[in-house]
Amino acid sequence: MDLSTAYDLLGADLVATKSLVLLTVLGLVAIVVDAFSNDHKSLPWMAGLGLAAGIAFEALTLFQPSGTAFYGMLRVGGYAAYLNIVIMAAALLTIILSVPYLKRIRHNYGEVHAIVLFATVGMMVLAASNNLVSSFVGLETMSIPLYILTGLVRDDEGAIESALKYFLLGAFATGFFLYGIALLYGATGSMYLPEIAAHVAANGPSVLFVAGSALLLIGFLFKVSAVPFHMWTPDVYQGAPTTLTGFMSTASKAAAFGALILVLYIAMPGQGWTEALSVIALLTMVLGNIVALAQANVKRMLAYSSVAHAGYVLVGLASGSTDGYSGALFYLLVYTVMNIGAFGVMSVLEWDERGGREQTLESLAGVGYRRPLLGWTMAFFLFSLSGFPPLGGFLGKYAVFAPAVEAGLTWLVIVGVLASAVSAYYYLRVLVVFFMKTADEVRVPVSDAPFEVPRSTAVVLVLCAAALLVLGVSPQLLEVTARFFSSTGALALIP
Amino acid sequence: MNIPYLTSIVIFLPLVGAVLTLLSRSVNTTRWTALVVTTVTFVVSLGLWTGFDPAVSTSDWPQLANVWAGWFGPGVDVKYFVGIDGLNLLLVLLTTLLGPIVVLSSWTYIHKHEKAYYTLLLILQTGVTGVFTSFDVILFYIFFELTLIPMYFIIGIWGGEERVYAAVKFVLFTLVGSLLMLVALLFLGFAAGEAINGGVFTTDWYTLVEFNMPAVQQGWLFLLFALAFSIKVPLFPLHTWLPDAHVQAPTGGSVILAGVLLKMGTYGLVRFCLPFFPDATHEYAMLFAVLAVIGIVYGALVSRAQTDAKKLVAYSSVSHLGFVVLGIFALTAEAMQGAFIQMINHGISTGALFLIVGMLYERRHTRAMADFGGIAKSVPVLSFFMIFTVLASAGLPGLNGFVGEFLILMGSFKSATVGSPWLIAIATTGVILAAVYLLYMVYRTFFGPLEIEANRTMKDLNPREVLLLLPLVILMIWMGFAPAPFLARSEPAVQDLLRKIDAKRAQSAPAAEEPVSMLYDGERFTPAPSVR
Repeated sequence: MDLSTAYDLLGADLVATKSLVLLTVLGLVAIVVDAFSNDHKSLPWMAGLGLAAGIAFEALTLFQPSGTAFYGMLRVGGYAAYLNIVIMAAALLTIILSVPYLKRIRHNYGEVHAIVLFATVGMMVLAASNNLVSSFVGLETMSIPLYILTGLVRDDEGAIESALKYFLLGAFATGFFLYGIALLYGATGSMYLPEIAAHVAANGPSVLFVAGSALLLIGFLFKVSAVPFHMWTPDVYQGAPTTLTGFMSTASKAAAFGALILVLYIAMPGQGWTEALSVIALLTMVLGNIVALAQANVKRMLAYSSVAHAGYVLVGLASGSTDGYSGALFYLLVYTVMNIGAFGVMSVLEWDERGGREQTLESLAGVGYRRPLLGWTMAFFLFSLSGFPPLGGFLGKYAVFAPAVEAGLTWLVIVGVLASAVSAYYYLRVLVVFFMKTADEVRVPVSDAPFEVPRSTAVVLVLCAAALLVLGVSPQLLEVTARFFSSTGALALIP
Repeated sequence: MNIPYLTSIVIFLPLVGAVLTLLSRSVNTTRWTALVVTTVTFVVSLGLWTGFDPAVSTSDWPQLANVWAGWFGPGVDVKYFVGIDGLNLLLVLLTTLLGPIVVLSSWTYIHKHEKAYYTLLLILQTGVTGVFTSFDVILFYIFFELTLIPMYFIIGIWGGEERVYAAVKFVLFTLVGSLLMLVALLFLGFAAGEAINGGVFTTDWYTLVEFNMPAVQQGWLFLLFALAFSIKVPLFPLHTWLPDAHVQAPTGGSVILAGVLLKMGTYGLVRFCLPFFPDATHEYAMLFAVLAVIGIVYGALVSRAQTDAKKLVAYSSVSHLGFVVLGIFALTAEAMQGAFIQMINHGISTGALFLIVGMLYERRHTRAMADFGGIAKSVPVLSFFMIFTVLASAGLPGLNGFVGEFLILMGSFKSATVGSPWLIAIATTGVILAAVYLLYMVYRTFFGPLEIEANRTMKDLNPREVLLLLPLVILMIWMGFAPAPFLARSEPAVQDLLRKIDAKRAQSAPAAEEPVSMLYDGERFTPAPSVR
């Protein structure tokens, strides 16, 4: 590697990755500010404006040709810009939702904003990595802040338990991931995704290569909580502060799936992971949805539902076609919007001081009338999650299921739609309680203590609901992600 | 009169109205907004009737079509494509007609969360109109599912005691069917795209009708499509959601459900199952006819056994729609014409029955027939409408019900697919049974001694209620005495559809095989070498 031009290139690389640089610097500044004045008012503003600026920067490069930075370690523009926008949008919405929420649960620490920013940076690196080492760096930069955020409520045993569980299992998965990288390096002599593919194309897949790929996949599947690597998900999602659960369940999945798609598409094209991914997708959809049926706690139900949604995305990946990958990317965007919205609504409904943070469904009877805004936006999110048109969730499912049918995985899609019919039952159950039950029809006491819906939260919820409607009736948007995989387009990942 | 985008305006005007009702401040404004919007939609939709020319063939392109080809972007042939042909014209008009009637019927019946109710009602109307006018199957699917959400809330929030159970059952039944249909639809779109559309996924109705799928695959695709529509119809034994949904729904919901939502199932069978999978249709026609006839008799017998007037009407739907399904699978022009007229008839007369039962409920807060009796003396106007509607529903000649049932039975006798005299004879008993259970209801509720004090003082119909029943009664007479203008509008399209089915059947029929002589060598048969 010729390093003589390193300094010249460095300037250009920093400009190309300006949103990453900006968020890192802001995160560091936030820590310094927080050291002098705990939970200073400026912190969320700083993080929020930084994220907004980052989204604006990336939006400018969304339709530019995909390139690389830092000696081909990271991808910039096009594909990377798209995922970065999804991740930063998730972070931005989370910050806005978190400020009033954390204040209400009296765990409003200023560090939260810095930690969210660092996690965001890690996710962006992961999603854009063109090299297994940068994947690993991104993965760890993402995971460690998430472990901290999970245990944010330090006086709650459940939260501590879930943080520790997440940390231990996460470390275990990281081991798989790292071992996979090592084997792949041994098999192909490179960690650059295109070079791995080139080596395999020239010499054929060795046993070492297959073993390394499998271990790497396990690492990814853990992060996206696919069955049977999902065991940590319900506990962690239930224990973490609600708004941050929304962040974890969406942005980190978008990042991990983004990196996984790059690995599958660039480093292992046509390596026959269809069968394995199909089976995992099937297990994930079926188990996630069926176990979600049995949950009485809304957060835990949403946790299992997010396992199921990882399964839908995996259907797109299993089809192994470019349409499947682009459909999965579209699904990630839709999923981010609807899941952050759903967790956002639940965060406001945790008003019951006596009941603690445990939230059973039945205690929310009739809340849809007391707070129509929460009720009706929740209806949008849940109908979208169950895949009803004309909301984004339907188009997302169309985008991942259609390529799978084309690839001959009709059996998998049939299981998928039946699983989502099951999911409709538990999503509708939430709406039943919100709108169709009164306080005297449920077995648990219903808190009718007055509570406020913070104005900023209301704005975010309405925006998310509106975005789902727009995503649902504008299928042209599918083109945006399809262009990253078109063989001739200027945006193509592989020139 | 030629209004551009007329079809789309009829579809989306209620949706605009839904936004307006959402913004309205008082209950009165909400109701009036909904009434004005649905009335205007109905008036505008009359433009479809005048603008539709039965002489112009819709064999290659619908009339009054609106297309937005760029909706899904390039790469796939999925578009916004709506239009009018002989198959959907009457159903669209039925939908728009029922719009203001349902709003009027809910005027005092709904007394909580009115804003949400009327908003959902208007969204529902957009969904139903879209279902009937779509010529793109994905678009059809989107509208089809869109109708579920408002109906779910309408049953679940404003329904009776068991409303939650009924609402969830309604959604889950329909959803399972329609999701499986989605898979079949994707498969069909890719197969058709591969075969005749240059490898481009297509859901254009006219393209898919052209595509003749291998008979092996037709079977399961047909079953998946037919399952979705049979649940919606509902065909015996998939009907169990219907009585629950009907009985629990508020009057307005029941009227829409019976009037137009069930027709989405029968319409879907005609529009999609038959022309897409003609071989499978022929193969399974007898099965569906038998299920339809079981439904006719079973629905009628169960109706007779009810003590609750609304349940009785609900089960009568199962019976009446059995006739429609029988007419569809007879695959003759008369029977299918009859099926279409019967769809409209059922919408009008069962809609009216639900309205009147709803009015009784509003007065007495009971639907049990035992709680009434002799009320013909105290509410003569209501009784007149009820008896008139019952006679129409039972198929009295001169009223609309007769025309449809007669055509269906006549066409089925001639049918090559279901033309078993025994089957048709059993189906015909359904007409007699209909008279039995309907007249029994009239007898129990309206005649006999007037014993209960509350019934004696019951108020007769007010002008609003007369106004909303009147158009339905006029239509019953009109369609009974002069069905010609209605039949004339659907006839060319029905003929064309049957022609397309026959053409595809002929195309895929195996060429007559040359007889092969077999040689026996002591152990097994082997084909003899051809002499030529």
